[in-house]
Amino acid sequence: MAVETYVPEPDLGTPTVGGTETVRVTVDGRTGEVPAGTSVMRAASEAGINIPKLCATDSLKAFGSCRICLVEVDGVHGTPASCTTPCTDDMVVTTQSTELARLRRGVMELYLTDHPADCAGCARGNCEMQALATTVGVAEIRYPRREPARQHASYDESNPYFAYDPASCIVCSRCVRACGETQGTFALTVAGRGLGSVVSPGGTDFFSSECVSCGACVQACPTSALTEKSVVELGMPTRVVDTTCAYCGVGCSFRAEVQSEPAGSGGTGSVGDGIRLVRMVPSKAGGANEGHSCVKGRFAYGYAHHPERQMHPMVRDSIDDEWRVVSWKEAIAKVASGFKAIQAEYGIGAIGGISSSRCTNEEVYVVQQLVRAGFGNNNVDTCARVCHSPTGYGLKQAFGTSAGTQDFASVADADVILLIGANPTDAHPVFASRMKRRLRAGARLIVADPRRIDLVRSPHVQAAYHLQLQPSSNVAFVNAMAHVAVTEGRYDEAFLRERCENVDGYLAFISDPQHSPESVEPITGIPAAALREAALLYATARNAAIYYGLGVTEHSQGSTMVMGMANLAMVTGNIGRRGVGVNPLRGQNNVQGSCDMGSFPHELPGYRHVSSNDVRAIYEQRWGRVLDPEPGLRIPNMFDAALAGTFKGLYVQGEDLAQSDPNTQHVEAALRAMDLVVVQDLFLNETARFAHVFLPGTSFLEKDGTFTNAERRINRVRPVFPPRQGKDEWQITCEIAQAIGFPMRYGNAAEIMDEIAATTPTFAGVSFAALDAEGSMQWPVTAAAPYGTPTMHVGGFVRGKGLLVETVHVPTTERSNRRFPLILTTGRILTQYNVGSQTRRTDNNAWHLEDILEIHPADAEMRGISTGDLVELSSRVGSTTLRAKVTSRMPPGVVYTTFHHPVTGANVVTTENSDWATNCPEYKVTAVQVGVANARGETDLEAERRRHGVEYAGTP
Amino acid sequence: MGNDIARQFAHLPYDQATAAIARHLRMFWDPRMREALRGAVAAGDDDVDPLLRAAAANL
Repeated sequence: MAVETYVPEPDLGTPTVGGTETVRVTVDGRTGEVPAGTSVMRAASEAGINIPKLCATDSLKAFGSCRICLVEVDGVHGTPASCTTPCTDDMVVTTQSTELARLRRGVMELYLTDHPADCAGCARGNCEMQALATTVGVAEIRYPRREPARQHASYDESNPYFAYDPASCIVCSRCVRACGETQGTFALTVAGRGLGSVVSPGGTDFFSSECVSCGACVQACPTSALTEKSVVELGMPTRVVDTTCAYCGVGCSFRAEVQSEPAGSGGTGSVGDGIRLVRMVPSKAGGANEGHSCVKGRFAYGYAHHPERQMHPMVRDSIDDEWRVVSWKEAIAKVASGFKAIQAEYGIGAIGGISSSRCTNEEVYVVQQLVRAGFGNNNVDTCARVCHSPTGYGLKQAFGTSAGTQDFASVADADVILLIGANPTDAHPVFASRMKRRLRAGARLIVADPRRIDLVRSPHVQAAYHLQLQPSSNVAFVNAMAHVAVTEGRYDEAFLRERCENVDGYLAFISDPQHSPESVEPITGIPAAALREAALLYATARNAAIYYGLGVTEHSQGSTMVMGMANLAMVTGNIGRRGVGVNPLRGQNNVQGSCDMGSFPHELPGYRHVSSNDVRAIYEQRWGRVLDPEPGLRIPNMFDAALAGTFKGLYVQGEDLAQSDPNTQHVEAALRAMDLVVVQDLFLNETARFAHVFLPGTSFLEKDGTFTNAERRINRVRPVFPPRQGKDEWQITCEIAQAIGFPMRYGNAAEIMDEIAATTPTFAGVSFAALDAEGSMQWPVTAAAPYGTPTMHVGGFVRGKGLLVETVHVPTTERSNRRFPLILTTGRILTQYNVGSQTRRTDNNAWHLEDILEIHPADAEMRGISTGDLVELSSRVGSTTLRAKVTSRMPPGVVYTTFHHPVTGANVVTTENSDWATNCPEYKVTAVQVGVANARGETDLEAERRRHGVEYAGTP
Repeated sequence: MGNDIARQFAHLPYDQATAAIARHLRMFWDPRMREALRGAVAAGDDDVDPLLRAAAANL
């Protein structure tokens, strides 16, 4: 919600304390009850009494070093620090007295002897020192000014987004503690002692250090020692807009802190219509992130004002022609006439649309409505097709709903975490920080992944087991886990009998010796003894939780594996309470929402099949059109139909099919075969090379609507700027609908959500007003759960009884052989996101300018490959050239790369193999060969780099 | 892809398998895809899995 003046988020000094036991405390005459263990500082803050502080902040455990927050406690000798003193029953605290004021002034004077008199942060208003000096009444500094060593240390601006000025540092350790406690990276330390002490990123500069640029240190810093460069350049913000990040499925809440300025006054910040975005600060009140962020969400928003951002509609008759800028009216008329002409010639089913997981629920809802009611078919799909569609299928079969079972905070109650095919520190970093916090507190971790991901071993985290399974062996692996639980009597029979169906059939199936760890060892590559131990660790835990990613879904057995994990959770009774569950770590910010909104060709909003007469009737009545009861085409089916000549027109909202989908040659041929491709996006992406109409879209900073994250949390997205190209994206879709003769009209995005709530039972209690009041809500939001549902399947499953499915391991048909002896898997890296269209247009390129092929030393040696070499990566369908990194993170026989850069085009080599149930591509299994690139390959790569404007990076 | 579906249900008794395959195709396949399958079966395409062939008859 926008507020008129800039007010920092309240800082209550020390973290909140859970528990139901309370104590009665009186602070400055105000008496109240607080949870036992609450600090005096927090109790005072909650009573509206602010005790001066420097080293304390409510995101970090109390440290008790600054001695500013002293208080008097009746019956207690001396003046204890309020941050480290817990409240006790009937405690009486005084926070203001002549003696306390004298002590605080004295301490503050000493701090100020170290703090530069010409502190730029104090002048800017983002240094707590100046305000605190005034608060405690320091009128003069009686001591000589000191020059600690840090005042002569180098100003470090190596990080693209923030600067470190040691001279302004008071060594309060908030940054060091934030790096450890909040982020879990432990990149910072205090080097030296006494006057020689200095905060250091490990004896090097920030950019060269282990720092992951999450910004937690910057946020924690009470002085201006660590400051966003944007604040240095632009000054402090003047107001705040609460909104939601547009990167991964964690869906962090942010305060967009902005300055208003006269229109057209320019500036180098993120400028838009008289508004400058100064910085993004993660919200402590955000349910998903609770005040934390990653390098993408906090810093990588500059793409919204990148010069390559397209601001005008464009058309062309042929994809070989130049683009021609036209009016919105002309562009939309061309879209409508083109689609109508195709349907007249080729039939109703010859066109379709694809919704975007980077768009809001409201924007997605109108796209599926356009297709179903406007186009008159069900040819609508979304980018979840290529990531978590097996999650939708598998969890619906097993539990009755297509979503994860827990909220993120649930991980704090997990005793054993089974992490399968996910790399949270890179792909879901803010959730990874939560997970690491729990692991540091003693939870055990089982990692099932071919790669040695960072969580296998990182500071203060050591996985109990790293099961380095072979790609394509997931189902054999999870069956063996369940086999051990069942055959060793470590399953929850009572849970199964009460809550599940097909119990006897499944127990007989899974008990078969073919599923034993020993039997599947040749398939999985996991030593049977280790698998048995890991299975027992999971099965005997008080609370065991499964978290998984695309290493599960992007296989030809992805849906089977999702059901296999559901089996394992049900067999061990790990469903329906905090600390347990089956939890997909979803890739894009609104991939959950785009699926919820009916983007799949077989489902209307709320995952209701199109064949249901009752459900269709709801929409037919509201939209005034008869809806098709048959499922439509999925994205890969659209490509096949295009090549077969039966699918000729496509409306693509915010997805880059030509870069993200497998077998690029096949995708490009299909796009070329269409008569009308309409791309709605921020940039002229790879797909736009095959488009006839380009409609400029809006960034998240311009959107008004909602995103739904991986924990089913519906968060508000609020506009920081008006749409820079002049229209909301839902308006564009509505105008297309109107132009083809379907009168789809809304006054604003809130009206769209009202329709969603009125027609979708799981969203019944959702509205913008309710979200504004509550902050966020996790669906289902119903009369029975008016504030949402953090944990699902409590007491019973959505489908009634949980279904135990006999999950047979069916190997992929993609096989390595002598010609293609290695298996390629693909994934993400921390600083880039998806196809990179956003992050490649930010300073995040400083960390990752190109896709790199990771290869095991043995595989590299036999091919004569060294780190930094250009190598040719080839499969049965294509080849590309990229640089190699030799690393033992990879097991022998498996190579890995990311797909963030079109210059590499990793999907040139991936195949059309896909999940049997959902067509989700098998990105994780492509048989390939790798060899040192020849001179021609190198020349081609450099030429491609120039074409894409990528500078030569040298050896990585 | 139809063959991949057939392989997933191949462990079931024959009648259950063909019914499950047919149900999956009805739930998730566009009618033109089902028609293409029927066409392939009618044309005697040897690449069609026998279970899928039987399921296609139930579509």
